[in-house]
Amino acid sequence: MRKIDTKQIEEVIYRMALDAGVSLTASCKAAMHAAAEREREGAAKFALNALCENFELAEREKMPVCQDTGMAIVMMRIGQEACLEGAPLKEAVDSAVRRAYGDGYFRKSVCDPVTRVNTGDNTPAVLHTEITEGDRIYITYMPKGFGSENMSRVYMLKPAQGVEGIIDAIVETVKIAGSRPCPPVICGVGIGGTFDTCTYLAKKALTRDIGTHSEREDIAEIERRALEKINALGIGCQGFHGDVTALGVNCEWAPTHIAGLPVAINIQCHCMRCRKEVL
Amino acid sequence: MKQLNLPLTSKEIKELHAGDSVLLNGVILTARDCAHKRIKELLERGEELPFELKDAYIYYAGPCPAKPGMASGSCGPTTSARMDSFAPDLLNRGLGGMIGKGAMSDEVRRAVKDNGKIYFAAIGGAGALYAQAIKKSRCIAFADLLSEGVYRLEVENFPAVVAFDCYGESIY
Repeated sequence: MRKIDTKQIEEVIYRMALDAGVSLTASCKAAMHAAAEREREGAAKFALNALCENFELAEREKMPVCQDTGMAIVMMRIGQEACLEGAPLKEAVDSAVRRAYGDGYFRKSVCDPVTRVNTGDNTPAVLHTEITEGDRIYITYMPKGFGSENMSRVYMLKPAQGVEGIIDAIVETVKIAGSRPCPPVICGVGIGGTFDTCTYLAKKALTRDIGTHSEREDIAEIERRALEKINALGIGCQGFHGDVTALGVNCEWAPTHIAGLPVAINIQCHCMRCRKEVL
Repeated sequence: MKQLNLPLTSKEIKELHAGDSVLLNGVILTARDCAHKRIKELLERGEELPFELKDAYIYYAGPCPAKPGMASGSCGPTTSARMDSFAPDLLNRGLGGMIGKGAMSDEVRRAVKDNGKIYFAAIGGAGALYAQAIKKSRCIAFADLLSEGVYRLEVENFPAVVAFDCYGESIY
């Protein structure tokens, strides 16, 4: 048994959260520069260039890239040979988020769903845990903004709709979202499982680097075909019309029921701020 | 790029067309979901607003806290469509215009046209760039809403694109 104090986990998540708020992932920065390069002249290219300037400025000045510093999403895979000690894990995670959002001058965007009263410190975080083999702890941290989260959708397709149905669902989601989620977007897609697991898979898919593909060739083909169709929509950066509406489509899958084909599409704006650490 | 001082004259508004890139200078007021709900309730009860609505420009935004030495934290626009149900009435009551991101409804587009006003799109996601354009910031209403309160911002060289013009045209 390997003993790990949750205080150590708190410190790691605190640093991940502080860093994530002010800088995009390397793959997102590269994809945005490439998009600015290849977009035609016009308002969309102007906006892409401004966004590249923005994330460079934010990283240099340690300022939030976007004022929507999001809800804190923490995904942990905990090896079953690891033994956690100290404060309850949930408290350690929330404490990390509370401190990072205060010290980083991040916006506190979490509120009661009915009264709309702000919790004041951006807690609670959304914590997902999975038990895995070994004694390591794998931590993925991602602040999730809601301009894009609001544009996400779940489809309970019929098995007969198959691959074409999946691609149509992804493209339709981006089309309906239009200019609202700050395109260019990234689509995290969960295929299969149940009503709830497909949404979790969709969020997990977002944490994969832009430009990478599923290890399954048939699913990688869905990613490529969906991306091509999305970029043919012509929505463009900010909805200003152009060739770059999405930077990537990432799919994760799980076995499902013989009667169903759940598909969830979690939309992420170009502000991808994911971090990964192993303890 | 075209420099504009707020509030705009009707002559200046007539010279602007959907798709034009501009730099805004002057005073804008932030307001988003919760602030709009309160503004609506005050107006419905016939009470006075804590700020002058006439010729004001509402920026759909909720800033990050300012770091020491800065006027504002990151402050890009939020999705305007969530304010679709509020905008026409405010325009009819004399609002100068709105600044946000993304398309708004056809009803809003018509209200912009009918009142000879304007809707600007700021660049969503460019929070740090917009913080640099903000020279002064002060919360003037609904401070209990934290970032959702109404902040009076003095801006210089604030980049925006004309989204809905006074002719009913849209960039989207």
